[in-house]
Formats: sequence, structure tokens, C-alpha cells
Amino acid sequence: MKTRIFKVLMTGMVLGLGGTGVATAAECIAPANPGGGWDFTCRQISKIMYDIGAVDKPIQVTNMSGGGGGLAFNHVVGERDDDADLIIAASSATSTRLAQNAYAGMTADQVRFVGAIGIDPGVIVVGADSPFKTLSDLLDAVVADPSSVTFAGGSAVGGFDHMKPLMLLQRAGLTDITKIKYIGLDGGGDAITQTIGGFTQAMTGDMSEVVGFLAAGDIRVLAVLTDERVAGFDDIPTAIEQGYDVVAGNWRGLYIPRGVSDETFEMWAGRLQQVADSDEWAEAMTANGLAPFTMVGNDFQGYIDNLVVEIRQMSKDIGVIQ
Amino acid sequence: MEVFTNLAMGFAVALTPYTLMLAVVGCFIGTIIGALPGLGPSNGVAILIPITFSMGLDATSSLVLMTAVYYGAMYGGRISSILLNIPGDEPALMTTLDGYPMAKAGRAGDALVLSGFASFYGAMFATLGLMFLAPMLARVAYVFGPAEYFALYLLAFTTLGGMASNNQAKSALAACLGIGIAMIGVDNSSGLPRLTGGNLHLYDGVDFLVAIVGLFAVAEVFFFIESHGKNSSMGVKLDKVRIPWKDIYDTRWTMFRSSIVGFIAGILPGAGASLGSFMSYMSEKSIAGKDGGFGTGVPKGVAAPEAGNNAAAGGALIPMLTLGVPGSGTTAVLLALLMTLNITPGPTLFTERPELVWGLIASLLIANIVLLLMNVPMVKIFVKILMVPPWILLPGVTMISFVGIYSLSGSYFDLLLMIAFGALGYVLRKLDIPTVPVILGILLGGHMEDALRRAMVISDGDFMYLLSSPITIGLWIAAIAGFIAPMFLRKFLKKPQRVTD
Repeated sequence: MKTRIFKVLMTGMVLGLGGTGVATAAECIAPANPGGGWDFTCRQISKIMYDIGAVDKPIQVTNMSGGGGGLAFNHVVGERDDDADLIIAASSATSTRLAQNAYAGMTADQVRFVGAIGIDPGVIVVGADSPFKTLSDLLDAVVADPSSVTFAGGSAVGGFDHMKPLMLLQRAGLTDITKIKYIGLDGGGDAITQTIGGFTQAMTGDMSEVVGFLAAGDIRVLAVLTDERVAGFDDIPTAIEQGYDVVAGNWRGLYIPRGVSDETFEMWAGRLQQVADSDEWAEAMTANGLAPFTMVGNDFQGYIDNLVVEIRQMSKDIGVIQ
Repeated sequence: MEVFTNLAMGFAVALTPYTLMLAVVGCFIGTIIGALPGLGPSNGVAILIPITFSMGLDATSSLVLMTAVYYGAMYGGRISSILLNIPGDEPALMTTLDGYPMAKAGRAGDALVLSGFASFYGAMFATLGLMFLAPMLARVAYVFGPAEYFALYLLAFTTLGGMASNNQAKSALAACLGIGIAMIGVDNSSGLPRLTGGNLHLYDGVDFLVAIVGLFAVAEVFFFIESHGKNSSMGVKLDKVRIPWKDIYDTRWTMFRSSIVGFIAGILPGAGASLGSFMSYMSEKSIAGKDGGFGTGVPKGVAAPEAGNNAAAGGALIPMLTLGVPGSGTTAVLLALLMTLNITPGPTLFTERPELVWGLIASLLIANIVLLLMNVPMVKIFVKILMVPPWILLPGVTMISFVGIYSLSGSYFDLLLMIAFGALGYVLRKLDIPTVPVILGILLGGHMEDALRRAMVISDGDFMYLLSSPITIGLWIAAIAGFIAPMFLRKFLKKPQRVTD
């Protein structure tokens, strides 16, 4: 008898806990466990939208990890396709995985990308005592002998960190990009450690990952992959200045279900623009090493479409996808 | 001194009322977990991890709470050893040898207080060691490349395998099983899914927490059902508790030596607290000689293993924090906690997250003092808790862990997986196959594979790269020795059935 009471209690608690997720207010799904970049995006945007009055009720944040974001994507496409009160955190990892069919065949056009409101600029880094002084030194050495340089990055093979040196080396005139050696580590910190230790010759990552090491004087940033130099890091040249037309960064933004009306799409785009213009967001960006990068509405959807095409082609070239 | 500025920062974190409360609560829960037979530190920490997520604790707070539980459990284990002659957890096994005879001789109170003080001594020693040595060890980061890491993971598997069971082959089998489970999910080096059967739930691989709670807690319930739950009964009466100053004074050198031995055993990846208490007891026994009366209820026989296992608990945190390689079963669980919080323990942790590391160290110092206060004057409270019948306790903790896991992932799939792991744990224990290597395999298997494949990319497929530096060669020798040595030492080491520290 007593065990039955326990069972009932347990079921009740589980249901109660699950039930809280179905609130009446809007919901933001972070497709990962608490603590990561997507979780940050959801929590910051939700909080600021409420604080500045863009929404009248607090937005509920739900964590739905699995499949590198694929589980949440599947959930949205399959079950919430016309939910106007749903936003989902996204980043360049989302578009990269979609381009590579990593979400079990689902495609980028099954949702609508609302906008991005910040970017973690891509960087190419070498150890402080490295013989490579400029981006050209490094890229020329790779073109001359691809096996002489191994790149380390914080994402898996075929991930966004891997794509950055590939884009650069394509511009530098290397035709067979499969020759480029890349190892994926568990985060940018590990990748830098390996590079300082001399096991790999260069690191490809995001600005926020290298700031601490830069302050300690352990590394040299050869290039930042933005249109213009990043405020606060004015002595770091862009790749464009050095003759390689590559802009790549880890943007932070949102997507919404495909089936909503154009008005809903515009409404979320407008709210996102309000967040981007707020002082609170400016503070959050500074605290987390992000650079301003605001692109909302149809402009952003077009940007994503182009990005997906480029990454898909490159992934085919290196054999990550067929 | 840099250490002291860092420590001041740590105390600033640890002395906030909330963190302090977490440390005290953690100590209390930990002592209970340790005192209850069958619920060891690794089970206890594994069960409580999901709760930290439900509570929405940040990384530092979660870690403070969990290590307080860990230290508390190391203290608590001795209580049931002394009073019931049943070790509350694996490392407390050695404490039964002299603790129970001492209690039967009418000195139960003395034994509890003395062992409590010995625990304090060992833990304090280890925490100070952690403070001064860990930053030094953290600098090894830059000399560890893929080949070195591969050898290090190999060392962790071979040494833990050697300690965890009576049978090398069974440990090796368990480790391979774990490594196999670790292969499930998207392959880091090619981006392609493996062994997922197209199930999106498995793309991220099997969550450590699901495996840990399943293998330990759920399996424990199955065993309990099987045994129809025997009631715990107190074999010894506990009278007034007073402080045996003379015994404490007489065992001062025993505690000192045992702390050193335990600390070193703790630092060695995979050795852990059981080995620490075992080695300190054995070395004290041989120092005392035949006239020492070890095994008949002498104070030294109580002080040595308790100082040893608590020192080992602190020592085991060093490789976990600085290298990301757990020094014991419980630190393996703590490692899973850190990884879930998006913190990669490793050589850069001390420079990247100083507030976390030093907050933790300061909390450990505070937890230790709290534990001494709890375990000496308030020991009677814990003795009462030993009376709680397991049929209330076990379903309760299992329910909490189910809710915790569900609130973390929000997917029923994980709950089913957890029950499957419970069944696996039950079968493995029936076959006398240790489960800790399975956990270690799931935790480290993927990293070990990544290290190997990175080494192969860098060296263009040359296997000799794996032996290209003095560090790798040393680690390979240690790994091979660590695997083979227990086979010869077995007749001297009467090993426990399983490691749960």
C-alpha cells in the first residue's frame, strides 16, 4: 500500500514539473543544457524583452538538449509548426549543422530565422613565440606544405571553427582543402593550450575564447574575421585588410516556426531589434566578449540562406557530407 | 604569496551566506549518506547531482555542495563501521577492523570521536596539499599533447581496473563496455553519427548522469528488492560521548603518516580512497609490529584508515581538477558534474576559473571544520538516522533522482535509459563485474578516442608518435605496471568486492 502512495506521489511530481513548461506566456527553447551559449541567448533575450516592455509577460525558458540542437529543431518542425509564441535560440552552429544534414535530414527552410543581435568574431591565433608573424606567413606556409601546419579548434571536424581556416585558405589559393590538417578539441581553451604547447601550429576560434590568453601574453592574434577592427582590440588586423576576404563569426540569434504568419515574423523581428538597441544588451555583450552584429527580418533570412549554401559546398569538398 | 591572495578571493566566495549554507547542508547530507550502509559517496553524489540542476545552482555553488557531500560521506562512513560492523561505504571497510572491537569493548564513543578527529586531520592535510600543489600541477598543461593525454587515459583505465576488482579481466571487460557505450553519438572527428540507430536522442551520446544514477542508485534498489530489505540493527550501545584526549595525542604520528600515504594514493589517478585507507592501515600495522595489537580494537587502528581515506579524498580532487582525470569513483562523478556545467576541468581551469577553484578550496576548509563539529558533539543525531528503515529511504532517493534527471533533460527517453542501466548494473554486480570502470569508460572513452585520433592527424598516421616524448613513455610504463602489478600483489591485498568511494 505504501509503495503505491509513493508511486502516485512520484507521478504527481513528475507531471507537475513537466506541466510548468506549458505556460501561457511565450516560450524560448534553449536547445542545450543550462550554461552554454544557447542558454545564454535565451535567458538574456527573454529577460531583456520583458525588462524593456517588448513583451508583457516574462518569457519562459525551456532547456531541450539533444542532437546538438537537432532534438529541439525536430520538436519545433514536427509539433509546434504554427506556434506564434515560440522562439528558439540559434547560432552559427545551427546553420552549420543544417547545412551538413546533421539534423537527420531536416533543412534550414523548415523554420524562419528571425535575426541575430551579436557576434563572437572569428580569430586565427598562434603562440607568442611562433615564427608566423602575419596571416600571410601562416597561410603561405600551409599552401606550400599543408602537412606542416595543424590547426586546432574548439568544434568538431566539419564544425564552424574548422570552416574558418578552410575559407581563408581557399582565398589564399589552395585548391585541395582536404589536405588541411585540423583537430577538434573540447572548447577553445583546450585548442589554445595545445597551440601554446607547440602540438598544433595555429588555433581557430572565437574572440571570447582567446581574450584571457591574450591578456596573459601567451598568444598572438593574426587576424580577426570581421568587416572592421573590433573595438577594444584595435591593434588586431582584420583578414580583409590582409587581403583575404573572409568574414566569419559565431552569431547569436533566434529562429521561429515556419508556419507562423508574416506579421508574427515581423513582430519578433521588431522585438529583437528593440533588444539590440537596449543598454542592457550592450552590457551583456561586453561582459561576454560579443561584438555588435544586428541583422533582423528578411535580411537575416537571406544571410542564412547564403551561409548554408557556402558551408554545404565546403563540407562536400572536405568529405564531411556526400 | 600568490596562494594567499587567491585564498582570500576564495574565502570571499565561500563566506557568502548562501554558499556557506550549501556547505553546511552538504556536510550534513553527506554524513548521513556515508553513515547509511550501501549508500556510498559516489552513489550519494550521483543521486544529488540532478537536484543541483533543479535548484538552478551555478557552477561554483554546485561544486561546493557536491564536494561538501563528498567530504561528509567520507566522514560518515566510519559511523556504521564502528557501530554495526558494516562499512557505510567502501573506504570505511578498514575502520571496521579495529573500530568495531573497540566499540564492543565499551569504547564506542571514544572510537567515534577519535575517528572523527582523524578524518578531520586527514582531510585538512589533503586540502592544504591541494592548495599548494594543485597550482604547480596545473602548469603541466602545456606539456600535454594528444599523445600524452592518450597515455594518461590509458593509465586511468589500467590502474582503476586493477584496484576495483579481484579479477583484471572483469575490470578490463567493464572498461571496454563503458568505452563502447561512449562511442554512441556524433563522432567528434568526422561529424557522423555512430550506433544511434537514427534516434536523435542518442546523437549527443549517453549522458553520464543517466548512466551513473542507473548503475548505482537504480541497481541498488533492485538489490534491495531482491533481499527483501533486511532491517538495520544496532549491535553496540552508545553511551556518553566524551573526547579521548590521550588517544588523540598517542595517535598523532599515526595520523600524520597516514595522511601522507592517503594523499599520495588519492593523487594517483584511479587509486582512490579505498586504497588510501588500506595502505595507511597496512603501513601502520607493519610499523607497530606484532605487539601493536592491530585488529583487537586499538586506537591507532581506528585513526590510521580514517586519516588515510579522508586525505585520499582530498588528494583525488587534484588530478580531477588539473588534468580532468578522476582519482576515484566519486571524483569521476564530480567530473561528470563539471562537464555538464560546461566546465572542462583540466590544466587551464586554474587560470580560467580561479573563483571556482579557490572558492572550492576555501569551502573545503570551512566544510572540514563544520564536519568536525557535526561529527564529534552531534554524532548521536547520525546514529539515530541509521535506524531509518531502508524501504523508506531507497525509494525516496530514487524518486528524487528520477525527478532530477527529468527536470534536466525533459525527456522520458533518459528515464527509460536509466532503468536499462539499472538492470545492467544489477547483472554486472551479480557477475561480480565492477561498475566503476564502466562509468570511467563512458566518461573518458570518448576523450581517449579523440586523443588518439588527434595524435594520428598530427603525425599523419604514425603510431610511434604515441611514444614520442619522455612523458608518454613514463605513462605507458606506469599504465602497464598498474595493470599487471595487482595480479602479483593479490595475495597480500585482500580486496573488497567493489569500489564505491
